[in-house]
Amino acid sequence: MKGKLLTGNVAAAAAARLARVDYIPAYPITPQTEIIETIADWVREGTMDARFTQLESEHSMMTAAGAASLAGARVFTATSSQGMLYAIEMLYNVSGWRAPMLLVNVSRGVEAPIVLEPDHNDVLAARDSGFLQFHSETCQEVADLVLFAYRVAEDKRVMLPAIVNLDGFYLSFTREPVVLPDQQAVDHFLPPYEPVSPLRASKPVSRGSSVFEGFLYSYFRYNTHAASLRAKEVFNEAAREFEGLFGRTYGPVEGYMLDDAEYVLVMSNSFTALGRQAVRRMRERGVKAGLLKILMVRPFPSEEIAALLRGRKVVAVFDQNLAPGSGGIFYPEIAGALYHVRGRPNAILPVVGALGGKQITAKEMGAVFEEMMAIDRKGKTPSPMFLMRADEMTRVKKMLSVAEGVR
Amino acid sequence: MATTTRFRTLKDMPTLDYLSPGNTLCAGCGGVLAVRIFHKVLGPNVAWINAAGCMTVTMSYPLSPMKSNWLYTAFASAPAGAQGVRDALDVLLAKGKLPPSEDLKVVVVTGDGAAYDIGLQSTAGAIDRRLDFYYLCYDNEAYGNTGFQVSSSTPFGSSTKTTPATTAFPLGNTTRKKDLFEVWRAMKAPYVATLSNSHGVDFLRKVEKGTGIRGPKLYIALAACPTGWGFDSRESIELEKLAVQTGIWPLKEAVDGVIRHTVVPRTLTPVRDYLKTQERFSHLFEPTEQTEAIEAIQESVNSYWKDVGAREGFDVKIPQGTHPKHPSH
Repeated sequence: MKGKLLTGNVAAAAAARLARVDYIPAYPITPQTEIIETIADWVREGTMDARFTQLESEHSMMTAAGAASLAGARVFTATSSQGMLYAIEMLYNVSGWRAPMLLVNVSRGVEAPIVLEPDHNDVLAARDSGFLQFHSETCQEVADLVLFAYRVAEDKRVMLPAIVNLDGFYLSFTREPVVLPDQQAVDHFLPPYEPVSPLRASKPVSRGSSVFEGFLYSYFRYNTHAASLRAKEVFNEAAREFEGLFGRTYGPVEGYMLDDAEYVLVMSNSFTALGRQAVRRMRERGVKAGLLKILMVRPFPSEEIAALLRGRKVVAVFDQNLAPGSGGIFYPEIAGALYHVRGRPNAILPVVGALGGKQITAKEMGAVFEEMMAIDRKGKTPSPMFLMRADEMTRVKKMLSVAEGVR
Repeated sequence: MATTTRFRTLKDMPTLDYLSPGNTLCAGCGGVLAVRIFHKVLGPNVAWINAAGCMTVTMSYPLSPMKSNWLYTAFASAPAGAQGVRDALDVLLAKGKLPPSEDLKVVVVTGDGAAYDIGLQSTAGAIDRRLDFYYLCYDNEAYGNTGFQVSSSTPFGSSTKTTPATTAFPLGNTTRKKDLFEVWRAMKAPYVATLSNSHGVDFLRKVEKGTGIRGPKLYIALAACPTGWGFDSRESIELEKLAVQTGIWPLKEAVDGVIRHTVVPRTLTPVRDYLKTQERFSHLFEPTEQTEAIEAIQESVNSYWKDVGAREGFDVKIPQGTHPKHPSH
């Protein structure tokens, strides 16, 4: 593919500029910071016509973002990890306001302990906030999904804020070839933002009013849910137009080597590349392996998942996150999508791995497929896999003994 | 004060209201009265940015008593909401996407819980960024909307639901009221003022003055609170007047850091006359009088006025003895 070599962070910033964003409230956090530094540079150099304000916290940043969107500006911002957690109160508010701004999350594990590399507990903490969520595998997807996100979020049938997720380090700081669409085509794909009932002198409005009865609250909440569900069709419409304009496109989910696949790995984000590699390796060994990538996390594409997973022997859900006391976060959602499906897979194997960016070897991926096949062969109930190799455990013990010795 | 003021007497109070009567707040609420007067001066083109508090409940979907724009944000970040609205309006005006007639005055309105406690971080950020906005704090000296719990604005000696006066803790709240005026002044806000509904002309002129000043402007309005303080709702204005006359609530302003007291009570009324009117201080008098505590309050008021009198060149007559034989004012 032709294109410029861009980091995921710069791809996100470049797409924001192409989207003619008006306003960027910002707050630094690793590994997202390069995004806001890049934009700050462009705004000060005069190559991006927008207003940039650095706030004093992510909570304030999200408040300013939502409020500016209600006042009629197209708003872009970014965060990671603790920043997402610190902002989360406002995510619920901003979606309740129906303010269609965009938040790019650069995934990083959450504290404690502090870590810099990615897993998805940060972005999945926003799972139930009402934000649409699109997760990217490559730097190209980062740029394209930023444009998709505005197109879908600002559609009158939706009017909800959105998150585009990319993995810290693996995408944020990794240069990949990215084809940036030309401005004219982007302007065609993404018309100017038309706010609904903005704050105005000529026609005052009240936003974020109180409701004191459950039935009114339910009315608002169900409306948000319905709007989120409509986002899928709006996304698909946008995808058709995007393909016409740019010659590539996306769906809520993507299948890889699925045609005759019996053992399917479900993944999201940049580690999907490792999943694809594992599938190819299994295919070389004659195993009918395949992969399903989830790009759209909210709304959750249950029908597409069910359609692509029905008839498979065993499915493994690879969760790069951990809900202590429960397991992976995607697992119950996938299981829920499949429960009423005729010809559903015989078993669904929960796998948790790559926490805090932990490397996953080909051998580990192979073990996941081996386990799927063993479950099928023996007809046994899957028990969850938590990926951690013996050599890694040895390193933990060695480090502890060194520390002990120093003491 | 400036000779250009529109406000000479109370008769100059604008008759046009932008806050309708019949809202959901308590009878005698000093807070909503302050909002109403404030709005009269600013005129209709306002975006109120609110944090959780008593004013939040005036906006009960799908009704609004306000003839202007309103945005409820969250407890901690109303100033950041003001930042977003101001920035959005500025960028849209600059890009020509919005005609100048659509511009709005951005006003944060919160109680003391948000202004003194949970929202202080976002307030400090807005001041640092020289955000052009008004902050109206209706100060009823506790978390009133949740039933009157202590805030850092609660004065010494006030009982609240979380600092009740008991045998073991006879004073109620033992910390001093935070000096938010000085906090803002230290952060170089160009305009900081206190207000009382009982001194309408002073109130009107200060808001008017703020309209000519760019940057962060704070107004702390004393908000007599019948339910929290424990007094008859018809007494609100009288009680606020007494707060000014006793010197407990100084009316002042600071322009670019320079303080001036705008109403000087030449003879201070004893603080006990104010304290005795309210349930929240009743434990200072019953079952036995806590004279030492009352005198400590009196002494802090006295030393405040001696201090500012010396600095600004006026004399204030302080009450002689705090055991007046005539407790009624």
